[in-house]
Amino acid sequence: MRPETAPPRQQPSATDRLHKNSGWRLFLQTVIARAYPRVVGQQRERSWMFFDVVLPLGSVIAYVCVYKAIGAPDDYVGFVIMGGAMTAFWMNVLWSMSSQLYWEKEQGNLALYIIAPNSMMAILLGMALGGMVATTLRAVAITLLGSLMFQVHYAVASYVQLFTVFILAMTALYGLGMMFASMFLLLSREAWHLSNLAQEPVYLLAGFYFPIRNFPFWVAAASSIIPLTLSLDAMRQLAFPSGAALGFLSVKLEMAILAGLCVIFLVAARLLLTYMEKLAIREGRLTESRR
Amino acid sequence: MTTLVPSNWQSHWRNFTIAAWLGWQIESNWADPFLFAVYSVVKPISAAAILVVMYSIITHGNFDSPVFPYIYLGNAFYMYVGAIMTGISWTIIDDREHYKTLKYMYVAPISVPIYLVGRGVAKFIVGSISVLITILFGVAFLHVRIDPLAVNWPMFFTALGLGVGMLATLGLMLAGVTLLTAHHYGAYGEAVAGALYLFSGAIFPLEVLPAFLRPLGYLMPTTYWLELLRRSLVGEVAQAFPTLSGLSDLQILAILLGLTMIFAALSAGVFRWCETRARERGLLDRVTNY
Repeated sequence: MRPETAPPRQQPSATDRLHKNSGWRLFLQTVIARAYPRVVGQQRERSWMFFDVVLPLGSVIAYVCVYKAIGAPDDYVGFVIMGGAMTAFWMNVLWSMSSQLYWEKEQGNLALYIIAPNSMMAILLGMALGGMVATTLRAVAITLLGSLMFQVHYAVASYVQLFTVFILAMTALYGLGMMFASMFLLLSREAWHLSNLAQEPVYLLAGFYFPIRNFPFWVAAASSIIPLTLSLDAMRQLAFPSGAALGFLSVKLEMAILAGLCVIFLVAARLLLTYMEKLAIREGRLTESRR
Repeated sequence: MTTLVPSNWQSHWRNFTIAAWLGWQIESNWADPFLFAVYSVVKPISAAAILVVMYSIITHGNFDSPVFPYIYLGNAFYMYVGAIMTGISWTIIDDREHYKTLKYMYVAPISVPIYLVGRGVAKFIVGSISVLITILFGVAFLHVRIDPLAVNWPMFFTALGLGVGMLATLGLMLAGVTLLTAHHYGAYGEAVAGALYLFSGAIFPLEVLPAFLRPLGYLMPTTYWLELLRRSLVGEVAQAFPTLSGLSDLQILAILLGLTMIFAALSAGVFRWCETRARERGLLDRVTNY
């Protein structure tokens, strides 16, 4: 019997080789690749809708009821609902971007992210966009149901400005989130606690449930480093009849500061991510598991 | 003849204390004591400060009104709800997906519910520190008047103990549900506590709720628990509010006891059902981080 021989192996030609993206195409590909499992994961198990969309409504309504119990003007109900909706974005930054890196480290994915030829910013953006389905649904649910339930009256002064403020706020916020994430590259179990710690103090300082004008000027000014502080203030000024009278600064000035924060946070995030990545590699923190 | 095999109670007690010790180590040894102390102070004070600022904006700082201690104390003690429910239910995610030890707990000769309750003790201790700090802050800076000589201490400690037990049963029920769910973001305990905030009369009387939601508030054991704690600390101020003013302290205590027993039975049933489903579907050792 003639022995079987393997067919001669052909070398792939240059045109047969796998096409490799680089530059902005690779960036975009990475964003989609990291967003994909998050979106698919959410479809596979939809219990997040109950925990992340339905339950937060309860605490927002509770704050509305406090205002009702102490006889607050109607616009304050709207302030709470707007603040409650914006908590979704802060939670997304804290839990779906920053502290997510800690979980990725524990699962062993972080080292893979670092050795792959892609941008860490693209991975973080993918995490954020993948989580945006839940975040947006939560924000929309709180706004719609809260507004309907308590018959909130909006008097929008300028839709263009309102939309611009929102986009600036999101850009600055996610830039800040990426900066946080860079620090989380070095952290271990404390990451969880630091994210926990950044909830209530930020709700307080950023004025999620009341206008920050009620703080002393310098406290409000210092709080403005959190992008949601000025964006909430500007959006309340633009969306509610009494908003302008209760505003901290003029809307135009707040928009200018937010634009500045966008640039600062995005540039700082890029620099910090590069620096922290190198530091984490040097100190052997990327694969450690301090339990 | 002496036996080396411990009795059931001894075994359960050992299981509980070791789980509590383990929980405390996990909860506290991530930072040096100073950072841990800062963490324990800043979070509860900030949570309370949100309500204080809201209240002071609208009432122009009228902290002498009886509404203020009602809101402040309700909010302070409500911290136990999130802490205990999170402490018990988060253990499922932590052990299953982080430490990957949940399956070993199931093959060990221990009672898993007792282990879970033990793990919740650490959060209870941290929660107690938060509650104490918040109340002391209120007494020192916000005119919350608590006269230690006028406090009904026996009722306070009875209500506190019963309430902690009741919260542990709620935590166990949530832990059962967590056995079947993926690891999403955040802690389920705090999310559920946040939602129940609405129905517990913690920071406003139930009369403020729309009429169709009020019955839910009357079904919640936390409503009666918080009322008893407030009555024991600030007596007549708490009784001035309409929600449960028609009931005596003993009647409220009896209702709390009854509801705790009902929730304990319900919790045992829900946990067992969820556990069986989790075994059937092979969920005890899955990792769902996405």
